[in-house]
Amino acid sequence: MTIDPVNLAAILAMGALTYLTRILGFLIADRLPRSGPVRIGLDALPPAVLVSVIAPAVLSGPIEAAAALVTLLLALRLPLVVVVFAGVALVAALRATFG
Amino acid sequence: MTEQQRSEVRAALVAVFPTVAACIPFALILGQQATAKGLSPLEMLAMSSIVFAGSAQLLAVGLWTMPAPVPALALMALLINLRHTLMGASLQAKVAHFGRWRFVAAYVLTDESWALSERRALGAPLTRTFYFTVALSLFVCWQIASVTGTLIGAWLTHPETWGLDFAFPAIFIALALGFWKGARRTGPVLAASALTAVMVHTALPGAWYVIAGALAGIAAAVLTAPRSTTASLGAAS
Repeated sequence: MTIDPVNLAAILAMGALTYLTRILGFLIADRLPRSGPVRIGLDALPPAVLVSVIAPAVLSGPIEAAAALVTLLLALRLPLVVVVFAGVALVAALRATFG
Repeated sequence: MTEQQRSEVRAALVAVFPTVAACIPFALILGQQATAKGLSPLEMLAMSSIVFAGSAQLLAVGLWTMPAPVPALALMALLINLRHTLMGASLQAKVAHFGRWRFVAAYVLTDESWALSERRALGAPLTRTFYFTVALSLFVCWQIASVTGTLIGAWLTHPETWGLDFAFPAIFIALALGFWKGARRTGPVLAASALTAVMVHTALPGAWYVIAGALAGIAAAVLTAPRSTTASLGAAS
């Protein structure tokens, strides 16, 4: 039960920058552009990050790609927790069958 | 505690309950994956209490190697959490009366506490009691569940057999849908991000593919934005 110094450095750096993003909104509320290219870029940030993260994993093999497609369709209708359980169960079943 | 504060606490607990329930499986998976990457329960607790940002932590653990890629992890946390700046900006008018407590409020600001507070503010003034009851409920639940996940995770030696490595992609696919604003606006962002991320992932080691993909998506959004909208709104601001 220890803390590695490099891991702690990473955690502190992540924490400091995360706090910065949180306090910044309160402090610059009156100066943030409500429109224009900066605003469009900021609005696009969350989906851009999410897709960048999962794209290599999703396209790593046919089982993962098929499961991702099914997950996407399920997510249109079902709550998050159910979707995650279904996606995980499907990958496990496909790997057990074809893997 | 006054009667008014008690009723604010009650309203906040009722509002936050479904979100607390939903974050437990998230945090358990986070802890399990952290163990798989070699992080100790104490390191998990440090990360959950110091960073306290669900998607950034899930991502960080996915990208974690030994030794930790500190600059890439920090930059990733910054990029992922920049959305908090927008949330804070929209919440500022409702929390201005918190005074110095805003600096504490910012520490526990999450997507969920932001959304619940904005919804509360539609019908009633947002009190400090309501805000902190919601935010601290999530905070405490997140600590307990993520550390519990690391303890359970030690028993799961081959998570890929159970498909558990697919939990992250599944969570993020479902979350990404929430940002869908039509093929015209969101399509180019997703295509540019996915293509760039896959290319950089095969070319470079580490977490840079996330940053490259995110920047490509932003560029695509700005370049494909309807010119008239940009111009007219830009002129109005």
